[in-house]
Amino acid sequence: MATGQLFSRTTQALFYNYKQLPIQRMLDFDFLCGRETPSVAGIINPGSEGFQKLFFGQEEIAIPVHASIEAASAAHPTADVFINFASFRSAAASSMSALKQPTIRVVAIIAEGVPESDTKQLIAYARANNKVVIGPATVGGIQAGAFKIGDTAGTIDNIIHCKLYRPGSVGFVSKSGGMSNELYNSIARVTDGIYEGIAIGGDVFPGSTLSDHVLRFNNIPQVKMIVVLGELGGRDEYSLVEALKQGKVTKPVVAWVSGTCATLFKSEVQFGHAGAKSGGDLESAQGKNQALREAGAVVPTSYEAFETSIKETFDKLIEAGKIPPVKEFTPPQIPEDLSFAIKSGKVRAPTHIISTISDDRGEEPCYAGVPMSSIIEKGFGVGDVISLLWFKRSLPRYCTQFIEICIMLCADHGPCVSGAHNTIVTARAGKDLVSSLVSGLLTIGPRFGGAIDDAARYFKDAHDRGLTPYEFVEGMKKKGIRVAGIGHRIKNRDNKDKRVELLQKFARTHFPSVKYMEYAVQVETYTLTKANNLVLNVDGAIGSLFLDLLAGSGMFTKQEIDEIVEIGYLNGLFVLARSIGLIGHTFDQKRLKQPLYRHPWEDVLYTK
Amino acid sequence: MARKKIREYDSKRLLKEHFKRLSGKDLPIKSAQVTEATEFTELQDKEPWLSSSKLVVKPDMLFGKRGKSGLVALNLDLAQVASFVKERLGKEVEMGGCKGPITTFIVEPFIPHNEEFYLNIVSDRLGNSVSFSECGGIDIEENWDKVKTVFVPTGVSLTSEIVAPLVATLPLEIKGEIEEFLKVIFTLFQDLDFTFLEMNPFTLVDGKPYPLDMRGELDDTAAFKNFKKRYRDGCRWGNIEFPLPFGRVLSATESFIHGLDEKTSASLKFTVLNPKGRIWTMVAGGGASVIYADTVGDLGFANELGNYAEYSGAPNEEEVLQYARVVIDCATADPDGQKRALVIGGGIANFTDVAATFSGIIRALKEKESKLKAARMHIYVRRGGPNYQKGLEKMRALGDEIGIPIEVYGPEATMTGICKEAIQCITASA
Repeated sequence: MATGQLFSRTTQALFYNYKQLPIQRMLDFDFLCGRETPSVAGIINPGSEGFQKLFFGQEEIAIPVHASIEAASAAHPTADVFINFASFRSAAASSMSALKQPTIRVVAIIAEGVPESDTKQLIAYARANNKVVIGPATVGGIQAGAFKIGDTAGTIDNIIHCKLYRPGSVGFVSKSGGMSNELYNSIARVTDGIYEGIAIGGDVFPGSTLSDHVLRFNNIPQVKMIVVLGELGGRDEYSLVEALKQGKVTKPVVAWVSGTCATLFKSEVQFGHAGAKSGGDLESAQGKNQALREAGAVVPTSYEAFETSIKETFDKLIEAGKIPPVKEFTPPQIPEDLSFAIKSGKVRAPTHIISTISDDRGEEPCYAGVPMSSIIEKGFGVGDVISLLWFKRSLPRYCTQFIEICIMLCADHGPCVSGAHNTIVTARAGKDLVSSLVSGLLTIGPRFGGAIDDAARYFKDAHDRGLTPYEFVEGMKKKGIRVAGIGHRIKNRDNKDKRVELLQKFARTHFPSVKYMEYAVQVETYTLTKANNLVLNVDGAIGSLFLDLLAGSGMFTKQEIDEIVEIGYLNGLFVLARSIGLIGHTFDQKRLKQPLYRHPWEDVLYTK
Repeated sequence: MARKKIREYDSKRLLKEHFKRLSGKDLPIKSAQVTEATEFTELQDKEPWLSSSKLVVKPDMLFGKRGKSGLVALNLDLAQVASFVKERLGKEVEMGGCKGPITTFIVEPFIPHNEEFYLNIVSDRLGNSVSFSECGGIDIEENWDKVKTVFVPTGVSLTSEIVAPLVATLPLEIKGEIEEFLKVIFTLFQDLDFTFLEMNPFTLVDGKPYPLDMRGELDDTAAFKNFKKRYRDGCRWGNIEFPLPFGRVLSATESFIHGLDEKTSASLKFTVLNPKGRIWTMVAGGGASVIYADTVGDLGFANELGNYAEYSGAPNEEEVLQYARVVIDCATADPDGQKRALVIGGGIANFTDVAATFSGIIRALKEKESKLKAARMHIYVRRGGPNYQKGLEKMRALGDEIGIPIEVYGPEATMTGICKEAIQCITASA
């Protein structure tokens, strides 16, 4: 254990486990104190490297991130404090590695619930190597105007209020981290403020003890009096009693041990801190307060009188002329974080994204306001989910079933169509799943699979304007536009597309009206007079039937239908459906371990 | 949380299981647990020795001095054990000032013996101390001068050299066996994260150590190590139970909060001290909650303190709501026309969002408006920390909204000032 100062205005720390808020709070404190260098030299985030952006006042700075404790210590040889924000499971191992770095002198462990046997290993190692462990189960500590561990002392407002940005004359040590902040306030109210404050943590065996720090404070000339807040359970306070009795502590000590209420409990009681357990009389608050009083500490009659005792002790020192005047200065303003300012209602900021279809903020995700649990409980299918996320409403079951049929019918169309071909070529080039999938998807367009929207647009326009199939087809021809949804490479009048028949059959059975489809069939009848293969294809069938679904379900206004057709929702169906097949082709090629595809020379016409 | 006493049955179970793993040798320990749920015929099938040997039965309730209190029965058959248990199961006894019903017994073979050894290992800050005596048994305290102790610093194993002073005076024919036993038990103590282990006494059966009476305490924060590979199947501690201290019987409300506490990563504690008390507390923080209860007592009103209550570790709004409901229900039970006070206290938080935790409490207070009024409840609030202004403002607004007297203070006031106010409130003439 060190015998004097642990920290100074140039102390730098390594911070284990990236936690944005506590690090930012440390840097804000640094700026407030007028430190020239940030108190965090480096961050250790196991497994990742690079930089983290944080604020130092108004400026953004980049703090290096290291993958291991060893690498961080080597990179920052002057950083001698290790602040450990690891979980209780891994805190002991990482703290031990830190203690073993020759550059590290002080290790602060925040986690609560570190096994006692593990902490004992740390204590033994630290003692043998003259290092200091603060914690576990603590918020840390602070040297006013110099260095602060993690979340100690809370908000900037509180730090300013307690004048922790400049040193006072009081050394303070407590078990409880929560109470340490309370005492910084009390002490600021009745004295010239804290010089250094440490919370040793509530465990049975803290890494360093109350008396360790009291003895250290006794050696720091700037500390003129010492305040101790102990707790029932354990015998730590008795080493302080011994030190007082032996005259090792020459400065006034004001102490209080909390937990006098334990006598009110009928059976043995474990309070919030692991170490705060009622034991024999020796470990009781009453017993310890009595022993401290007898050893010469100033011990009030209750916590309520603690502040007064501190004040009286300080006032005596003032009278005796032992307290030099504090050098006051006005700390700089720290710009407020946007998120806090918004929370407190001081500023407002426009959002950059708007979303209306889903919400993941509550207990469970919602699709268009419908919680996931009711989607599952009601036995919804993928068609219902699509209707919620695309159309923002629950469509009748026959509609969602139709959507599902469309997806099933369009899921794949063999390896030779251009999308699948591209996917296969990409997969065989050794690319990953997503690359293979998108290379196929990117093929979808006006000539491949992208005709559903156009078919719907033209059929709708022609039908709504009351054009006869003759007028419609010939009008398109004049404009030089192919009639989308009509025509097939293989299928013809006598060998119609089975998929189209299935869709039509389903719609005739379930849809209240199929007027657009009937119109498309009339168009087909006319085009078949021109050529044998100008049949209604699957795009035309889906396009026209979707118009019937939108118009016939009674769940969409005319404007909404126009908008759906305009935006191109229906191609979405094809993209979604065909992704299933394209993913299948990717897996197929990979499973078959197919080599790189190269197109044969013989199959290319080389010409000038 | 921290050091937990375990039942003798579990101590012996761990000893038997892991002694074998660590030393390769079997300890011939046999023991069975009997509770209200035990079917003796089933137990007999599982533990056939119950019907073939003479038995010992005693309560397994985390208290000692059972022999001296006449709670141990020796040399019985299983039928006699069953009737011994039946007579005492659920009956209240008083031990060391704590009263409680006996719910669990341990049954073991009756071992006639001559030697009674004492062994005790305690975890200490800088190591473990191991105490041993040849004169163990119920008179250990009278023979305390015969107990020898060695201290084993952290990181050092119990070598023959260190253990020598303990076993130096033992007869040569048993010295080796006992020395070996102590070494294995010491390894087991550390390996299983015991913090306390005592055998008083253990004896020798066919020259092999056999614990007759055993106490143990585990560090429950080490529970995560149960899943480490070297303990196959995650069964380091097995199906361990951490019973409440003897005499601690949870009321319905207390066990509701206890259940809530076990489910969350936050800490939620609630103990009723006096159901008719007129000062009730609901305090944020492990350190502060103790101090609030202290202060009411130190100011001379311990008899009026209704409860001890602590919430910390950032419980979410829903958890705080459920917690606050219970505290308010207890605080407002059986109105008697006299004023009561509810202290919603806390220190100055380091990083907890005060407004967020208060919104759960405020919801509960709104729900319980009529109960609070019927109980003539006065509310005193004190808290600081991140976003405290907003939290306190909401509390003040609540007072106006539901028309309940509520005094609200921030970090400018002392932490426990509201205890004094609460006392003044209930002592002022109605």
